[in-house]
Amino acid sequence: MSDDHGDEERAENTRRVGLLTSLLEERGVVSERELDELVEAFVARTGPGQGARIVARAWTDSGFRARLLADANAAVRELGLDMAAGTAPHLRLRVVENTSEVHNLVVCTLCSCYPVAILGPPPTWYKSESYRSRVVRDPRGVLEEFGLELDPALRIRVWDSSAETRYLVVPVRPEGSDDHGEEELAALVSRNALIGTALAGSGAG
Amino acid sequence: MHGFGPVQPEEDEPPFHAVWEGRVYLMAVALMRRGLFTLDELRDAIERMPPAEYLAASYYERWLAAIERLLVEKGTLAEGELDAAVEGQRR
Repeated sequence: MSDDHGDEERAENTRRVGLLTSLLEERGVVSERELDELVEAFVARTGPGQGARIVARAWTDSGFRARLLADANAAVRELGLDMAAGTAPHLRLRVVENTSEVHNLVVCTLCSCYPVAILGPPPTWYKSESYRSRVVRDPRGVLEEFGLELDPALRIRVWDSSAETRYLVVPVRPEGSDDHGEEELAALVSRNALIGTALAGSGAG
Repeated sequence: MHGFGPVQPEEDEPPFHAVWEGRVYLMAVALMRRGLFTLDELRDAIERMPPAEYLAASYYERWLAAIERLLVEKGTLAEGELDAAVEGQRR
């Protein structure tokens, strides 16, 4: 529950992970060096910016958008991204699109399923009991805690992630962005917008 | 379960909040790639944590506890071996 652990917990966890790594290295299972390299490669390869690239391409290329909505795993490979690079090779990415009628919102009620292989680890709030336990029952109330008050006429569709399927939201393209290039457009897409707790072009998150 | 209060988003949250968190995550990935356990087994091991421990633990502390449990159950670590190593280093 608490992710705001202090220095003492940090030192204790650091020690424990270090000793576990040594025991695994002694047994020839995995080495400290390999873990460091894996962390470095993972942090370099993944992040919300990759999701923003996907969205910007979908906004500017209708053929890509159609392929993305039909088979996201194949479509993101066009951008050099691979859902199979994470914890399990078979994960399906499903992309859902916001429109003037529907707003999509993603959760993992069971645990923390998320397109980690592309977006990196989910934000802490996404993994919190508070978000997971309430967003299905009261999505509008939860969105208000993110400062997002949606038009009551807008339908909200909540997607519950699973061990097999992970979701990414394509937000509505902001007004006045018609002359933006892909890079400029990508800068309008925050991590929260890819989950549905923010709109594109709204800054933070 | 309910009563956890409002969601508290963190501005510009980094991928990991400490070096050990990234190591735990990628350790799980490496061990799964080597076939020591599957993602479903990892989640199951997290869910088998005693409820009080589960609720008191941070996210990656749960992952660490689950990895330890699975490594013991699969015979890679002896029961209590890591605790003994931690105690040994404290002394």
